[in-house]
Amino acid sequence: MSTTTTEELSATTLLRFATAGSVDDGKSTLVGRLLHDSKSILTDQLEAVERASASRGQEAPDLALLTDGLRAEREQGITIDVAYRYFATPRRRFILADTPGHVQYTRNMVTGASTAELTVILVDARNGVVEQTRRHAAIAALLRVPHVVLAVNKMDLVDYQESVFAAIAEEFTAYALELGVPEITAIPISALAGDNVVDPSANMDWYGGPTFLEHLETVPVTHDLSHCHARLPVQYVIRPQTAEHPDYRGYAGQIAAGSFRVGESVTVLPSGRTSKISGIDLLGEPVDIAWTTQSVTVLLEDDIDISRGDLLVPTKDAPATTQDIEATVCHVADAPLTVGHRVLLKHGTRTVKAIVKDIPSRLTLDDLSLHPHPGQLVANDIGRVKIRTAEPLPVDSYADSRRTGSFILIDPNDGTTLTAGMVGESFAAPEPVKDEAEDDGWDF
Amino acid sequence: MTTTVATVKGGEDGTASPYALSHLDALESEAVHIFREVAGEFERPVILFSGGKDSIVMLHLALKAFAPAAIPFSLLHVDTGHNFPEVLEYRDRVVAAHGLRLHVASVQDYIDRGVLKERPDGTRNPLQTLPLTEKIQSEKFDAVFGGGRRDEEKARAKERVFSLRDEFSQWDPRRQRPELWNLYNGRHAPGEHVRVFPLSNWTELDVWQYIAREGIELPEIYFAHEREVFKRAGMWLTAGEWGGPKDGETVEKRLVRYRTVGDMSCTGAVDSDAVSLEQVITEIAASRLTERGATRADDKMSEAAMEDRKREGYF
Repeated sequence: MSTTTTEELSATTLLRFATAGSVDDGKSTLVGRLLHDSKSILTDQLEAVERASASRGQEAPDLALLTDGLRAEREQGITIDVAYRYFATPRRRFILADTPGHVQYTRNMVTGASTAELTVILVDARNGVVEQTRRHAAIAALLRVPHVVLAVNKMDLVDYQESVFAAIAEEFTAYALELGVPEITAIPISALAGDNVVDPSANMDWYGGPTFLEHLETVPVTHDLSHCHARLPVQYVIRPQTAEHPDYRGYAGQIAAGSFRVGESVTVLPSGRTSKISGIDLLGEPVDIAWTTQSVTVLLEDDIDISRGDLLVPTKDAPATTQDIEATVCHVADAPLTVGHRVLLKHGTRTVKAIVKDIPSRLTLDDLSLHPHPGQLVANDIGRVKIRTAEPLPVDSYADSRRTGSFILIDPNDGTTLTAGMVGESFAAPEPVKDEAEDDGWDF
Repeated sequence: MTTTVATVKGGEDGTASPYALSHLDALESEAVHIFREVAGEFERPVILFSGGKDSIVMLHLALKAFAPAAIPFSLLHVDTGHNFPEVLEYRDRVVAAHGLRLHVASVQDYIDRGVLKERPDGTRNPLQTLPLTEKIQSEKFDAVFGGGRRDEEKARAKERVFSLRDEFSQWDPRRQRPELWNLYNGRHAPGEHVRVFPLSNWTELDVWQYIAREGIELPEIYFAHEREVFKRAGMWLTAGEWGGPKDGETVEKRLVRYRTVGDMSCTGAVDSDAVSLEQVITEIAASRLTERGATRADDKMSEAAMEDRKREGYF
């Protein structure tokens, strides 16, 4: 950062990425190294780390201390929640969701991966692909993170041997491809020694690929929008009702997928009414086209009844609405989720009453085995659920759209976020579980 | 600086496409989304407005989020009684210009009534918690926007965008809800409220770049000017009735500017000759000290100081 000019910094792209790794794989050291070698650590932060390291009798500054935030963690030497870190190079701005990797923190990894364009999975070169690695790969696949990086760490402890790296990369890639991970990049590193994190390694001249940071800087962050279903969840209706704007009615929201154009025919769901876009206001600037993830205000030709919670979609590409949702979920609350549980479901900008009709199966991430009818899901469980909603919802499959194919379940009593849900099939089509007879007659 | 173009010019590395958003556009869009979510889901939101650059950027984003209509929130300033006059003047001007409603919670008032006691060191930042909490309760605010950024300090790195507080405004790290995708959960019991941080993912540099790009006016103390200051605990503090200089402290005239704006007693100035935004940004990009490390005495108290103050509801 010290040599960058404002010109270089004025227009870079933003990459959100997440890390996953076990306690001993050196994840904190990798993150610390990344911040340190990219000159993102400032003098006073480094001094604080040096002081803390010295007071514990450590000789060299412990880079892991840069990222361990809460007192409980410092005392136990572990990481217990998602922490967000920020750094920049002249080429790109980064937001890192740093998540702990032990088994009981699946929910944190799911949280971090939910907004990530890229996930880093860390393995120890001496141990290779272990159960935990498979679990991390499964979460990346479930959350449909577009890019996965396998960082094979501690290469210094295996004499920087290419054969060790190649065997691990091959095993992991085969497994991840099977899960449907679209893109995998394997990089041999030593976070402790700094090999291939920011600077290319002199110890591994057999590796011809990018360093870890180079890869982060160059991985594509946008997608081809032509294959996306355009979706705009309406957040808020803007009606100034002033002398200057007596008739202005704008539908404000952040485009969740695809793009919208002025002149396009749109349908409002769930009502099904149609109109044409007469204008798009991009935060004070009229535009002809706007796309995901821009926050916009859309104006329509007709005065139709639209409110928060509605979804604007192209008339030629409208999703079906349904009151029966089948999804893969991760349970994130301490209290279990049970069959018959009455909940609130938030999808896009709409929150509706719902009931958990069935939990057909629970998934074990280590071996992807299914346990039929577990009856409940406890914290950090992944499973399939069937949910009946009080009102029809225009849901997409999560495979098509991460924003309009996802939802959260909320406890109506205390507002706790219970469950993260992804509509439709999970990665590998699981064995179909027998349907139970539909029990009608729920009233809310 | 660039103008408001929504796209990044194509790079040679294949990272740019016609549909890429620049980092500032992405952050702006996210913040606007947060403001609109709160407007849609809460009854009585309020923006904490100090006249500092982060709250000024928050207000600017809120104005954009609801234009051409007015902001559906009021403003709340916790006045320590030791504010820079330039900042109070700016505050009042902005409130008048946008026809906003301003609530003030006054620390001085609490001291005059004997509810709070002046600290021996004269610093009033820790005294802000009670007036703020009581104002939130008495006005029944259910969402309180703060300008906090997660890059500021380690205890904030784990803060949520929607941060649930009990009736004492306390923050319990174990009660914070996971935030998935961009689905924020604002549900709360009566008496509880949610602190909302639209700038969670911004860095200090992002804030400055955005101010430059949008042409946002700031209080003058952010730019280099001559000022009578004295040194205390390694910082340049402004001489004034609040409690300085004391014996052994000497006042001198220096060319300084402020990187953050807070209570006069614990906000330090830095030596600087940056008189324009461009120069300020260059100085920051080259700086090797974080914003708080350089200028805030109250955060240096201990490694866990921020965590403790967060728990008790200060931010």
